[in-house]
Amino acid sequence: MTNREIILGRIREALKVSAPNPAIHASTAESFSLSASPQKWLPPVGKTLEQQIDLFRQNAEALKAEFRVCANMNEATEHVKRLAGTGDWKKIGRHRGELTDAVARKLGLAEVKTDGGYAVDDLESCDAALTECEALVAQTGSVLVSAPSAGGRALSVLPPHHIVLARPNQMEPDLTAALQRVREKFGDKFPSFLSFISGPSRTGDIERILVLGAHGPKKLTILVLP
Amino acid sequence: MKTHAGEFNESARRYTADLPHRDLIQKALAGYYAKRDESKNRFQNWPGARDLAAEIKWNAINHLDRCLDEFVSKLEARGTKIFWAPGAQEARDYIIGVARKHKVRSIIKSKSMTAEEIHLNDALEKEGFEVVESDLGEYIVQLRREPPYHLVFPAMHLTRRQISDLFHDKLGSAPTNNPEDLTMIARRVMRRKYCEAEMGISGANFAIAETGMISITENEGNARLTTSLPKIHVAIVGIEKVLPKLSDLALFLPMLATAGAGQSITCYNTLYGGPRQPGEPDGPEEFHVVLLDNRRTELLADAEQRDALHCIRCGACLNVCPVFKNVGGHSYGTTYQGPIGSVITPHLRGLQDWKHLSQASSLCGACTETCPLKINLHHHLLHNRRNAVRALPGRLGKFLQSGFVFMMRRPKLYQLAARAGRIAQPLQRLFQGTILDPLRAWTKTRLFPPLAEKSFREMWRERKTP
Amino acid sequence: MSIVQVLERLGHKVDYPEAQTCCGQPPFNSGHWDEARAVAERQMTIFRDAETVVIASGSCGAMVKNFYPELFHNHPREAEARALAAKTHEFSDFLVNKLAVLDVGARFPGRATFHDGCHGLRELGLKKPPRQLLRHVQGLELVEMSEAETCCGFGGAFAVKFPMISTAMGEVKCASIADTGADYVISNDSSCLMQIRGVLDRQGKSVKTLHLAEVLAQT
Repeated sequence: MTNREIILGRIREALKVSAPNPAIHASTAESFSLSASPQKWLPPVGKTLEQQIDLFRQNAEALKAEFRVCANMNEATEHVKRLAGTGDWKKIGRHRGELTDAVARKLGLAEVKTDGGYAVDDLESCDAALTECEALVAQTGSVLVSAPSAGGRALSVLPPHHIVLARPNQMEPDLTAALQRVREKFGDKFPSFLSFISGPSRTGDIERILVLGAHGPKKLTILVLP
Repeated sequence: MKTHAGEFNESARRYTADLPHRDLIQKALAGYYAKRDESKNRFQNWPGARDLAAEIKWNAINHLDRCLDEFVSKLEARGTKIFWAPGAQEARDYIIGVARKHKVRSIIKSKSMTAEEIHLNDALEKEGFEVVESDLGEYIVQLRREPPYHLVFPAMHLTRRQISDLFHDKLGSAPTNNPEDLTMIARRVMRRKYCEAEMGISGANFAIAETGMISITENEGNARLTTSLPKIHVAIVGIEKVLPKLSDLALFLPMLATAGAGQSITCYNTLYGGPRQPGEPDGPEEFHVVLLDNRRTELLADAEQRDALHCIRCGACLNVCPVFKNVGGHSYGTTYQGPIGSVITPHLRGLQDWKHLSQASSLCGACTETCPLKINLHHHLLHNRRNAVRALPGRLGKFLQSGFVFMMRRPKLYQLAARAGRIAQPLQRLFQGTILDPLRAWTKTRLFPPLAEKSFREMWRERKTP
Repeated sequence: MSIVQVLERLGHKVDYPEAQTCCGQPPFNSGHWDEARAVAERQMTIFRDAETVVIASGSCGAMVKNFYPELFHNHPREAEARALAAKTHEFSDFLVNKLAVLDVGARFPGRATFHDGCHGLRELGLKKPPRQLLRHVQGLELVEMSEAETCCGFGGAFAVKFPMISTAMGEVKCASIADTGADYVISNDSSCLMQIRGVLDRQGKSVKTLHLAEVLAQT
């Protein structure tokens, strides 16, 4: 017998006796079934883009991320230039993309492009990372990234400042919608890596005191441009 | 040879007498309640969310064979290597085998209680591999060579001073009182390790059957780095971690964050569906998922307590348990602490050896009340007690209980005993605190109140007689 | 006796079957369910013809209401157990939820805090009724302690099997009581009161312990 057969055998044997189904004893008056969506129970989200952007801003700022809606590419680029100046950036990591290309062109900094592969030490010594994303999630103030949309797995987590460039039509109301979005986009061929990023990295491991910038980025900037 | 029960008692005695320690833990958890309630209140309906979560997990666990098969086939379709581990030894041997095959020298790990459970680090180190815990709390307890104190907050029991001393001692860093500086020290050490390690080992919070992905929840970013840079990624996953659908995460991620840490959502929630795919710039060349049984199927077979497998390891039950807060995480002497640990350890490690954890509870029910999955934790402690008695009645226990029944079925005898107690009480006070005191267990630390002069029965009878 | 006084003041006929002894919780909690069943069966017989059963303590109330059905699951007397569970009420539950009475005409001046016995609170869901009753007691100032819902540490045999843990929990409770500056701590469970009394006395504190019924019986 293979290990698989051993374990599945044990499971099937165990499941011969049934355990009570909680749905039969639901504490809420309404009966619900598996089709009941989490959206019924989770925090509510407004329907308009404006409301969602507002909610996103509230949440992102509570998470200590920087959020800005930019009027145009120029404004976005100027903002990133200012960040580069204050942060004294010498080198940034990024991937090729419509938005990242446009912003990076104006920065004039040394670059590590991850697209075809990269040397780890090169990426490790970057001062910032410039990426796009799959979606923004209003309900939680999160950014959904993937390997194709954010230059791989490490780019958005290794350099100490992560800048995300997004379009307004990437705003999704909640996690359900964001997951649905990537399902529709990728079908069966999901990337090997997807991540919801909610704020700069943090830890509370020392006396439960919040410290920002544990192993991931200490700073997260999210820019929405039309 | 001390029993686990004996060790527990000794440790509990030590920790309950340690007032500064009790204060530290109370303070560490004081903020949790407020933040958790704030996050809960953002839900439209927290009780409704709990019901839905319980039902989703019920479906996953009660169709576990189907869910696991779907999970595995989806993962294998994209090049992941699966290993089914019936027990701890097989899991350890497999992982060691992978490390040897790829001539691994340095391994970086992200937090995994499942790896703790099978004592993976010890086994790897004995084989000559360097293993570094990347999570800050886990790294701290690894340097101290002690187990994690709490499911979610491994170093909760330490002050910043102790951590500073530890880093100074083991790493040669300058002493500091600042938590941020201490965090930066660990960050600097880890960055080298991420870049150099040949293998990254992680756990998983959830295993999504529908799409063949594991989901890892963390705040620090260390798990993301552990699974991005090394060329081999091994994930060790308990078989009970399954969720049927990708969309289930929309409910479980916020609930895990809320119940576990009073956060609306944890900083990084990452889905891994395979090794580096064609066209991806980075990621491991090989991705292995080790599915661990290790007696979970025994808990599965106990239909009454099967819902204990719904646990998402949020740690909320620990945070509200007055026993945990007073004896501390290390007293449990086993991987899983607190109420959930007391419920499942008898199943995973043996009922008679570990029933004392189910007995060391006042059954207050705070755990059941707080569990986001509505697991009937405190009732399961009762069930474990009953099962332990059934399996091994124990002559003294049986004798005392039979005596109790004998007396309680004869009201006149009961009244006689009560009157005797009233007479004997002044006598007891003479012996109070000494070895002859029958109430010694109580009176060592508390006074015994004077019994009422007249019993209710006597007062009732007096009323009736004119 | 206070419960009898209050109920009679409200115009009810109270009977006390003298044959009763114990609900069976001690053997139940220690896992000796056969013995618990033996004791419980006697109580079920004694109360079979009662219209309503009122219990002074949350833990006994929980034993009858919540655990008798489980104890007698798949047992010939299961229906009887369920019937008894349905007609049994803890004292404050009975007053507020069955009789719809909030003001029992009590008067008790003083500053007090209420301790929620775990069984009454979590097994029977009785957070509000005791407080509603106490708020209508003339002259009583009710203050909430931060650890009102935290277990006092009694837990039955737990108190003597694990005395160090039990006492530590009692100390946390008493510290919270002290923080309120109350002169009285009231509860609807006598075992909790015994535990709290035991720790307070050991600490030499002057806070007095009172059962809810005792307060309600004062005029």
